[in-house]
Amino acid sequence: MRRKNFYIVSDGKLKRKENTIYFENEEGRRPIPISAIYAIYALGSLTVTSKALSYLAKEGVCVHFFNRYGFYEGSFYPRESLVSGEVVVRQAEHYLDRDKRLYLAKAFVEGSIMNMARVLRKNGEDDTEVISALQALSEAEKIDEVMGAEAIARNAYYSKFDTILKNMKFERRSRQPPENEANAMISFGNSLLYSAVLSEIYHTQLHPAISFLHEPLERRFSLALDIAELFKPVIVDRLVFNLVNRKVVTESDFDDRFNGVLLNENGRKKFVKAFNERLEKTVKHRKLKRNVSYQRLIRLECYKLVKHILNAEKYRPFVMWW
Amino acid sequence: MIDEMYIRGVQVNYYFVCKTKLWLFSHNVGMENESDAVKLGKLIHRSVFDRDEKEIRIGPIAIDAVRKGDVVEIREVKKSRAFEKASYYQLLYYLYYLSKLGIRAVGKLSYPKQRKNVEVILDESSAREMESVLDDIPRVVNGEMPRPVYKKHCRKCAYFEFCFT
Ligand code: SF4
Repeated sequence: MRRKNFYIVSDGKLKRKENTIYFENEEGRRPIPISAIYAIYALGSLTVTSKALSYLAKEGVCVHFFNRYGFYEGSFYPRESLVSGEVVVRQAEHYLDRDKRLYLAKAFVEGSIMNMARVLRKNGEDDTEVISALQALSEAEKIDEVMGAEAIARNAYYSKFDTILKNMKFERRSRQPPENEANAMISFGNSLLYSAVLSEIYHTQLHPAISFLHEPLERRFSLALDIAELFKPVIVDRLVFNLVNRKVVTESDFDDRFNGVLLNENGRKKFVKAFNERLEKTVKHRKLKRNVSYQRLIRLECYKLVKHILNAEKYRPFVMWW
Repeated sequence: MIDEMYIRGVQVNYYFVCKTKLWLFSHNVGMENESDAVKLGKLIHRSVFDRDEKEIRIGPIAIDAVRKGDVVEIREVKKSRAFEKASYYQLLYYLYYLSKLGIRAVGKLSYPKQRKNVEVILDESSAREMESVLDDIPRVVNGEMPRPVYKKHCRKCAYFEFCFT
């Protein structure tokens, strides 16, 4: 059986009984066979019994928690079953060695810039300004200069959003709190993506806290932040354009009672459904010559990183080829 | 104890299947999902062997063995003859290993689906061959990860996506 992502949007409780996890609330009890679960996204207020939690841990299921406003809170990241001392030691070496770290940080930003440009072109927009940030990137000699190049590209990229979005205003990127509907969706989508990347890292030997672009000292598993940069335009931004322009998500799906705008429960439901459809959508992989899902593309990115740190093949970032 | 005691049978097998696989496996860079091929192997194993066999575990190796008079016969059941050479050396390694412990053993590779058995005998020349393989395995494992080279069976290998993405 192929394991799936489970998104639990309503409030309730996760329990274990034999080989089954049950989601239970006043509306009833829904069984989820353990072998069907890849990861759980808890978007409502979720109680998990310790039995359920240890079972999920044993089966290597990550659980990602979001608060009732849809803000990411943290992840349950079970003890890893795939541990390779060799990989972790070399991963740390690629962080500690200035040139090696710079190489990877630049690669992530290069991929991110190229993907932003691809998304603009797919939407009929001019990408020259975004692409020109590659110049600053190639000249960067320090991590903050790499970050700077990324910021230049991102500003140019965001400046096109108001022409792409048909029924909503974007204005500028605002985060905490998001100032409008489009920003609320991007923020929510980015946290879902971060969680999805973290689940993929879990299924490899990579250490989630050793990162190259972001400082490992940040509160989150920073390697997931690094890898997520590549996929934000491809997965999240395109999804937002799609949901807004096809009027799948409309103003009634938001709540602006909290000095800022957030998706309400119904909006979150629609969003996670569409988000998961994206993760499961497949494209033909040019090298593997098989169909791979977007979610799998994230895993492949992890594999490429492992090969890079093992000196088997230089890492080249994922750039959307379709 | 001799060094090669710390080499596992499956490493001898992978040495003949693929050096990249040997290296990755030896550095714990495993792929988590058992492929269906592995599951099928286990299934065949169970249905053929369930009754009269015993698994014995010595150091790093686990083998199925039956006693036949004063020799031990060890058997490996395989679902196909695709990796016959690898299976042959893996079994030969068990014989070699047991001989170092003073146990005389003969080997049999069986292919229930093809109704075919292959005898494996440890003699002077095959023992020498074994020794050179056992010398070479640490050389591969202690070197850098060998670059994946595409082979016919790669598409069925658990590492396929890892190697060729
Ligand atoms: S995919 Fe091919 S190259 Fe890679 S480990 Fe498997 S057999 Fe070796």
